[in-house]
Amino acid sequence: MTSFFIYKAILVVVVFGIMLMAAMYSTYLERKVAAFIQDRVGPNRAGPFGILQPLADGIKMFMKEEIIPEVANKTLFIVGPCIAMLTAIMAGVVIPWGGELVINGVPYVLQIIDFDFGLLYVFGVVSLGVYGIMIGGWASNNKFSLFGAIRASAQMISYEIAMGLSIIALIMMTGTLSLREIVEFQAGGTGSTWNFWNVVYQPLGFLLFLVCAFAECNRTPFDLPESETELVGGYHTEYSSMKLGFYLFAEYINMFISSAVISTLYFGGTNFPFMNDLGLSQNAITILGTLAFFIKIGFFVFFYMWIRWTLPRFRYDQLMYLGWRVLIPLAIANVAITGLVMILTDRI
Amino acid sequence: MTLYAFYFLSFLAVMGALMVVFSRNPVTSVIFLVMTFFTIACHYMLLNAQFLAAVHVIVYAGAIMVLFLYVIMLLNLNEAVEKQKTLLLKVAAIVTGGLFMIVLSAALRTAETSYIDTSVVGSARNLGKVLLNEYLLPFEAVSLLLLAAMTGAIMLARSRKRIKPAPNVVGMTHEREQTKTVVHEQ
Repeated sequence: MTSFFIYKAILVVVVFGIMLMAAMYSTYLERKVAAFIQDRVGPNRAGPFGILQPLADGIKMFMKEEIIPEVANKTLFIVGPCIAMLTAIMAGVVIPWGGELVINGVPYVLQIIDFDFGLLYVFGVVSLGVYGIMIGGWASNNKFSLFGAIRASAQMISYEIAMGLSIIALIMMTGTLSLREIVEFQAGGTGSTWNFWNVVYQPLGFLLFLVCAFAECNRTPFDLPESETELVGGYHTEYSSMKLGFYLFAEYINMFISSAVISTLYFGGTNFPFMNDLGLSQNAITILGTLAFFIKIGFFVFFYMWIRWTLPRFRYDQLMYLGWRVLIPLAIANVAITGLVMILTDRI
Repeated sequence: MTLYAFYFLSFLAVMGALMVVFSRNPVTSVIFLVMTFFTIACHYMLLNAQFLAAVHVIVYAGAIMVLFLYVIMLLNLNEAVEKQKTLLLKVAAIVTGGLFMIVLSAALRTAETSYIDTSVVGSARNLGKVLLNEYLLPFEAVSLLLLAAMTGAIMLARSRKRIKPAPNVVGMTHEREQTKTVVHEQ
């Protein structure tokens, strides 16, 4: 029993550390990718290739003067970024980071908790994430912040519906809500039987989910809550020092988590091609699988940045139109088509 | 372990519920209400009703309360604006609360506890099977009811728009969402 707790505790700390590190280096990566796309050099002063830049940024954030506006609601002003950070990190609990690792004959699963409703848990946490932005924006007592908060909440609620509908077709196919079982459903290459990644069966569902994930993370082209041309800084206009850092960090952690969820649901998670045909041991497969998973996550994080520096921002009515009039009908059509194909091919 | 978790969650739930009533700021009230919903969802987890817990958080805490908060923020209710209640209202509230407590305690005194096999109930798979086999007709009736409510809300929004064009786009989009989340509730 105690060894179980120790193993879970180690896993929690490692996952927590990985998420924070990933968020830190996402900021560095974002600047480097922006520089590459715009034909610049990017940060290259702190350490070789500017690799220590996130540390320097972090120190800068902590050293800045902390300002709480006179007219702000002080408690809620501090609670806002805390909630944003908390809900961003909470989703990492159910992500299957790897398969089974056998040490001294004892199997250790590289996942903190395997809920049999893991997917719903992710949705629940994502839906709570909007409170951080709303509370922070309202407590600032600033018109621009309030506008940012209102935009964020309207946008996130709208796109949550399309997101939930886009995932229903996938749940129909796999018949489970557990993320681990969805990953196992996509395990491929045992001899002659071939299982493809879900993206092959659900291309439309994947596209819808991806668009909604962009909107849920408030990333360009859906970053209207913080569009600096109209709203100064959006919901974090009044924030300074590390509280601002928390909001920015939460955004990068959200990006990381949503990349992990996308890879888990549609790109096989910890599976990689020919994983059972190369004659590797169980532990080797697990370690390589985790590596493959992080490569997939890395690609999607890069994809987020790629889109950001390629596409301009939507207008707000366009955003609402896309969410309600395009994505939701498409998602419903996707559910209907999936159901029809499942009946015709006897896959129920 | 489970018992201590229960006590802790119950404490949080009752505290949150009391704070909803006692706090002067409407936004604080909403936040405590969200906390109460969350702890109640945790109670569902202890009862092995995981699906219910997840849906409770997604629908109530994640969608409905966000709309509540949205409206309160737009109305900009403050402590100063709050009206003092009249004496009659206060007495009526106390009497109603007392009556409700009597009913509740009477119901709880005669209630029997029954034990169910927790390995069978609670999971999304079993719930889905029961809903779509045994309770298909009520389930569909509820869906129709929600559809009717949604259509009614859209009708109301429409007719108002015809009389007077809405001054700003933000208010309009908000109304549209409120009607749509009813669908979400299913």
